[in-house]
Amino acid sequence: MKTDNQAVRLKKEILVRLVKSFFSEDFEKNVHYIPYDMRPKGANVPFRCCIYKERAIIKDRLIADLGFAIEEDDERSLLSEYAHKALSRTNNSSKNPLTVLDTACKGCTHSKILVTELCQGCLARSCQSACKFEAIQIINGKSVIDSTKCKNCKMCISACPYNAIVKVSAPCEDFCPVDAIGKDEKGVTKIDFEKCILCGKCIAVCPFAAVHEKSQIIDILKHLKKESKIIAMIAPSIVGQFPGNIYQLKSAMLQIGFSDVFEVAMGADVTIKKEAAELEAKIKSGKKFMTTSCCAAYNELIEKHLPEIKPFVSETKTPLFYTTEIVKEQYPDSIKVFISPCVAKRNEIGKNKDIDYLLNFEELGAIFIAKNIEIEKLKESFFDKESSGNARNFPVSGKVAAAVSKETKNIDAKAFILNNLNKPNISLLKTYAKSGKCNDYNLIEVMCCEGGCINGNSTIAPYKTALKEINKLTNNDK
Amino acid sequence: MKKITVKICFGTTCFVMGSAYLQDMLETIPVKYGSKVELIPAKCLGLCSKNGEYSKAPYALINEDIIAEATAEKIIKEIEERLQNEN
Repeated sequence: MKTDNQAVRLKKEILVRLVKSFFSEDFEKNVHYIPYDMRPKGANVPFRCCIYKERAIIKDRLIADLGFAIEEDDERSLLSEYAHKALSRTNNSSKNPLTVLDTACKGCTHSKILVTELCQGCLARSCQSACKFEAIQIINGKSVIDSTKCKNCKMCISACPYNAIVKVSAPCEDFCPVDAIGKDEKGVTKIDFEKCILCGKCIAVCPFAAVHEKSQIIDILKHLKKESKIIAMIAPSIVGQFPGNIYQLKSAMLQIGFSDVFEVAMGADVTIKKEAAELEAKIKSGKKFMTTSCCAAYNELIEKHLPEIKPFVSETKTPLFYTTEIVKEQYPDSIKVFISPCVAKRNEIGKNKDIDYLLNFEELGAIFIAKNIEIEKLKESFFDKESSGNARNFPVSGKVAAAVSKETKNIDAKAFILNNLNKPNISLLKTYAKSGKCNDYNLIEVMCCEGGCINGNSTIAPYKTALKEINKLTNNDK
Repeated sequence: MKKITVKICFGTTCFVMGSAYLQDMLETIPVKYGSKVELIPAKCLGLCSKNGEYSKAPYALINEDIIAEATAEKIIKEIEERLQNEN
């Protein structure tokens, strides 16, 4: 779950400073000084061991924000050199868009069960009898866990009357649903992109904010500055992520330099129709169920870990795809930017040659702050065509299936909501693919983030208030 | 007893930097404190530019006192302190 915390705020502050530097007279020089501006001589050291380490980590965060991987950093290049490279590049691919900051990573130990000093070496030895795998031995009067036998079932933890046994965790490893993050032989945390589905959970859960997105913000700012024809396509989950309403938000985006703004909900209206027709056809042809296909992390999961479910997955394209088609027609030679709640979409835009860049909500917020945009004070700019309430509901868990079900006319759609791509839910999907059925449901909605896209890793507002704003908007619609 | 006035800034800077997470207080504070505390959702209070420090956003005002880097916990603590001093 995305929350507000010091690490999240720090990352946003760095982004604001980067954008301010970009619009300053000397971008390269000013970027170089950001770590010193944030932690000047004699300043308090709020988080780490010393001021030098804090500056080093801020530098690494900036390298990622400038669009480079820390893994490729030689530690000799100056930030000003990175800024120069970012300014002069013409291509910044969204392939493998995550990078791990080894400076920021605490180097948590592998997740395991540990007996602490609190063990009293008691007579009852409840831990030993609770362990089904015979992993606990008593050595020198104290319990010791044999890690080769331990299955992390945690039965011993509940059995100990002294609370002496604990689980130590590496949150990134714990939350990764596909075992794509872990330590290499030198103890440095690495992401295996052969396995990674870009669910973004490691970004959200790392308490040291050591996993970063490689941003495309500079590439976008360059186009905004030189007044290119640049079009923003806003994810429906943007509702409630900023003050004011979406029409004022459109004005704010025009003010920072976008030529036009489209709601991706427009494309969702197309997805609803096509997916409903496809569901009817599939069920009539004898298939027992179909899954939705708009979540980018789910689509990546299918490619890398769950090919057996492919025959059951809807072939209808995502709302972003259809929106891009509409934009392409109206502005054939434009730069197209998707405004995203999550990192998973970086994969999708990388595979769609018509979409140029991705800007996430936090990055957009940083541009608003740097440019002093007071969204609530702006006039409303309306969209050429209003999207439907059903389409604007897409980022909420359960509402994609609801919209598709409502649209079906000749069959009775029964939806199963798979909310959150974690290990147990992935196993469920495997079972459905194997057996070819999902109890008596015929439509499975899959969303990677718990609660839907409004809980994506780059969101700004909490789930509850975002949901309220979406309800407010969709209730006004027919 | 004098009413305590709490203003939480929901201008763009404060909202993005964290006050989005304080919107909940608009509901919880009246339930918790009734007529003792008045909570006002404010459009930009201008504090981020006055102090020249957007990095200290989000801001809140409790009576006339500025709370920088406001969190729900900080605001509740300040309210409680003032209520205790009154008694």
